[in-house]
Amino acid sequence: MIEFIVFSLLNGLLYGMLLFMLSSGLTLIFSMMGVLNFAHASFYMLGAYFAYQISTWVGFWPALIIAPLLLFIIGAVVERFGLRTVHKYGHVAELLFTVGLAFLIEEAVILIWGRSAPDYRIPDLLDAPLFTLWATNFSMYRGFMLLVAVCMFAALYLVLTRTRIGLIIQAALTHPEGVSALGHNVPGVFMLVFGGGCAMAGLAGVIGGNYFITDPGMARMLGPIVFVVVVVGGMGSLTGAFVASLLLGAIQTFAIGLEYSLSDLFRLLGMSPGFQGGILKDLFRIQIAHTGPILPYLIMVLMLIFRPKGLMGTRET
Amino acid sequence: MKNKQLCVILAGIAMLLFAAGPVTAADTIKIAYIDPLTGPFGNVGDAGQKHFQYMADLINGNGGVLGGKKFEIVPFDNKISAKESLVQLKNAIDQGIRFVTQGNGSSVAGALIEAVNKHNKRNPKDPVLYFNYAAVTPAFTEEKCSFWHFRFDAHVAIKMDAISEHIKTRPEVKKVYLIHQDYIFGHSCSATIQDMLKAKRPDIEIVGDTFHPLGKVKDFSPYISKIQASGAQVVVTGNWGQDMQLLVKAAKEAGLTAEFYTFYGGGLGSPSGVGAAGENRVKQVTEWHNNLWNEQNKPADKDFYLGFQKQYAVGNNERLEFYYGRIRTMMEMVAKAFDKAGNANPKDVAYALEGMEHDTYYGKVIMRADDHQLYQPMFISTMVKAGSDKVPFDVEKTGLGWRTDMKVDTETTMRPTVCEMKRP
Amino acid sequence: MSNIPKKHVTNKWWAALAVWGSAILFLALLPIPFRSGFMLSMLSEIGIMIIFALSYNMLLGQGGLLSFGHAVYFGLGGFITMHALNFVNDGVLPLPLEALPLVGGLGGLFFGIVFGYVSTRRAGTPFALISLGIGELIASSSLMLPSFFGGEEGISGDRMAEITLTPFGFGQQIEVYYLIAFWVLVSTGLMYLLTQTPLGRMANAVRDNPERTPFVGYNTHIVRTIQFSLAAFFAGIAGGLFAINYEIVTAEVVGAIPSANVLMMTYIGGTGFFFGPILGAILITLMELMLSNITHAWVLYYGLMFIAMILWAPGGLASLIMMHKPLWQGRVIGGVLKAYAIMAAPVVILFLGCMILIEINYHLSLSIKPEDPMHIFGIEFYAQSIWPWLVSIVLSIGGLIFFLKSRKIVSRAWKTAGNQLKQKDSGS
Repeated sequence: MIEFIVFSLLNGLLYGMLLFMLSSGLTLIFSMMGVLNFAHASFYMLGAYFAYQISTWVGFWPALIIAPLLLFIIGAVVERFGLRTVHKYGHVAELLFTVGLAFLIEEAVILIWGRSAPDYRIPDLLDAPLFTLWATNFSMYRGFMLLVAVCMFAALYLVLTRTRIGLIIQAALTHPEGVSALGHNVPGVFMLVFGGGCAMAGLAGVIGGNYFITDPGMARMLGPIVFVVVVVGGMGSLTGAFVASLLLGAIQTFAIGLEYSLSDLFRLLGMSPGFQGGILKDLFRIQIAHTGPILPYLIMVLMLIFRPKGLMGTRET
Repeated sequence: MKNKQLCVILAGIAMLLFAAGPVTAADTIKIAYIDPLTGPFGNVGDAGQKHFQYMADLINGNGGVLGGKKFEIVPFDNKISAKESLVQLKNAIDQGIRFVTQGNGSSVAGALIEAVNKHNKRNPKDPVLYFNYAAVTPAFTEEKCSFWHFRFDAHVAIKMDAISEHIKTRPEVKKVYLIHQDYIFGHSCSATIQDMLKAKRPDIEIVGDTFHPLGKVKDFSPYISKIQASGAQVVVTGNWGQDMQLLVKAAKEAGLTAEFYTFYGGGLGSPSGVGAAGENRVKQVTEWHNNLWNEQNKPADKDFYLGFQKQYAVGNNERLEFYYGRIRTMMEMVAKAFDKAGNANPKDVAYALEGMEHDTYYGKVIMRADDHQLYQPMFISTMVKAGSDKVPFDVEKTGLGWRTDMKVDTETTMRPTVCEMKRP
Repeated sequence: MSNIPKKHVTNKWWAALAVWGSAILFLALLPIPFRSGFMLSMLSEIGIMIIFALSYNMLLGQGGLLSFGHAVYFGLGGFITMHALNFVNDGVLPLPLEALPLVGGLGGLFFGIVFGYVSTRRAGTPFALISLGIGELIASSSLMLPSFFGGEEGISGDRMAEITLTPFGFGQQIEVYYLIAFWVLVSTGLMYLLTQTPLGRMANAVRDNPERTPFVGYNTHIVRTIQFSLAAFFAGIAGGLFAINYEIVTAEVVGAIPSANVLMMTYIGGTGFFFGPILGAILITLMELMLSNITHAWVLYYGLMFIAMILWAPGGLASLIMMHKPLWQGRVIGGVLKAYAIMAAPVVILFLGCMILIEINYHLSLSIKPEDPMHIFGIEFYAQSIWPWLVSIVLSIGGLIFFLKSRKIVSRAWKTAGNQLKQKDSGS
């Protein structure tokens, strides 16, 4: 049992940190600009592909720096020439613009790198176990991923609390109109934040692309899970996004260990399972363990219905 | 500003107006290839098309069929959607195509079988014939069997049977873990292997039977922890695509030593997805792999294999390799059936194909008339370091290649069927 | 002054009659030029998508509700219809086939009420995200609940049912086409009438000003729930027609792709006008079914068109057409049309250049054999040679230059037309 708990915690922590890398940028963008960026996962994919390409030329370590920088530039350009043009047509247009962008990025990736997965590998240096617990290895690369995520969190925290631009961003998170009324260059801040968010997604792509799989479907595969973090964490709260990421990571990993279904519950309550026929009989068969990856969406829906502010949000919309 | 809007509209209209019609020639036999050519499964459909094109070119180069008629593969993009497949089937029928092939997705295959059956019932004089090269739901040749459908891939039960035959020969295996995708295919995999192991190796303990949602899991580590804790020596999984690749990768990360029996470890991106993690860990059950020629000393097959690579493994596709051994078998048998029927009438071709026996490099195969299922030798193989005398070729430039563990003969793979074939 | 409104009303009556009459005639005669199986299937698909997109616009256009999960009601309607069809064929349910889409509609309505009630308390982003979450939940569970959704293979049935109201047997596609055409007319008519009712007006009010609506005595939540449920009802009808048309419903119909598709159709068509989604449904379905057979680059064209529409024509096709209405009514449109005709040439050239460029790249990167010659409009050439590149680049640049010039002509024509219109107005 203790083995299960320790490993679930470790796995949950790692998954949560990855989620946070992806969703922190999205939370910033969403809270400040009100844009649900559907292309966010595409920037994650671009990060992985750039890292693959750069690592075939100059190796993994430079890629770790260069790929996010490239994405920062791309993100800033998209904000400046795309989103800002669409901004005047309202949030729906902005959102649909990012949907279209996701289409185009996927096609561009296919056109450049082909339809099949490139061979983007973990660097040899990190391809070894870090420590072994109860015969299960914890690899160095996973340790490295954790380290990168923690460093990114620390850097983000410092930038937001210790620098002038960070303070403006923080203010803009909760009171966007007020900040612009004070005479700050809000569009410029938007561009910076959008670029920064894309760079973080790109960094997640660099270290996630080889741990998982880099292929043209990876953005689609990631799906809307990042939105769940934003919603559950709450608008305008980075801490909320952090907590939500870890929570979702933990919930998903722990759920996998729980092999109980509705019929078990009824048996526990001493009720006979006689009515479990008909069209909904499958409902009783499904174990919690099978539902792990879809639980987040259930949580998101319930959260929006009962507590639209999210865990730590400062406002509703 | 308005001008740009107009530009966009005109672009759309022009695109539709300029749509060029297909060029038809009387001396060709067209086969509609209905599979995903764009979208998430585009790479798989694209690879399949190249297999068919390669085979058609080979057969055409040898004089074609029916005294000089050539095969023409006409691709139709179904975006792996059942609905679009039905529209594309109509499209193909409109273009005068009466032979259809498809493989990806049992949802699509099921829809096509139904649609072909209905079309042939409603147009008995103008039937359509459907060759299935990869959809493995057993029902297609069992309860739902149809005279108009021929399957050239071994279905779930045949593959699981081969896996259980191999496990039977390994007395050291005591604990088996099952992990599958949570949908009908996964459930039928799980149920089948449990029955077979119970019958063949009652001493084996099934230490886990897990289902996870299809295509939704990013990090399989928790599942690997569960497998590790169960003490399983062998994992059997029907997972395909990312669900298989991520599972194996996570196993390597955690240092899990259990072996994975898979259906789809062998090609079309899976080996590169799995990468180094597959070494001595992944086993597959297939009808063909690229080192069989060496093990069975058939150099002609090597040339065949390399010929494909030379033509199609270029540019972005440099890691594309011949994978579907059964497409070769299928095209050869279909060509033979045309010649045997003496015409290109789908009904006659179907009758010619029924019960046909055919010699491949690796043994005799038979298209059983009772259920229209092809029975062929199956091979269990393991991913090992390639480049040696025994394992000369690697797959997809991974440095790892397949080494055969066991051959299951055609006769052994034969299974009773509940199919009641209705013939016109 | 007093007799002008009256005249206006009778005019409107006649206009409505003319519109509906010609629509009926048009739909009835359409299969004469398009009689092949593929064309009929495509027309049927377009009809289904028209109902679906119009129902979506009840949310987005009329109610201001951006949904990412509208296919849930379309798909559930389809599954329920398919189950009903199988019950009919088993002799359990005595319903004529023609009425079965109504069963799907009622199913959509039921789920619309349930999910609509819980999700429409707020509009805007919370609603959008709830619809996304519900969509994901239903799509994921569709594979886990095989007894209702039929697993991967879905549920199939035979539409040649025993009981029919018409002499049709529904074995032939054309009979199904007419059934769909009938339901398209009925649903479109009903949805149009709904926009004229107090409910439709209140939905607009809730969309435009949710803070003020309660003060005139309406509960925004209830108005949205009703609007949502009715949209789900029509989506269910479309799903029911889908089930009858394809005789199979698989889990993909409740998924994210059809949900995104209907959003794109509606938006490209234009949410601001009732007929906008109809245009979008036609255009997108044509692109999906025909363009994908012509070129592998169709997704790219699709994406480019979508982005171009958002950037330069956020009102959709409908607003592009309708902005010419005042010019047309003022009879000053001639000059603008002339300017368009001048612009057409550079547009076509620019388009051709870009298209050849895209096609060459796709051929080199993704075609089955890049060394083989490629064909555009029957012209054969090799993508490796320099000429197609040169031609396409020259065409693109030349087209662009003349396009930018002709833009000035068009904007001048618009200005002149606007001035003429003003003069006419002040003159009369």
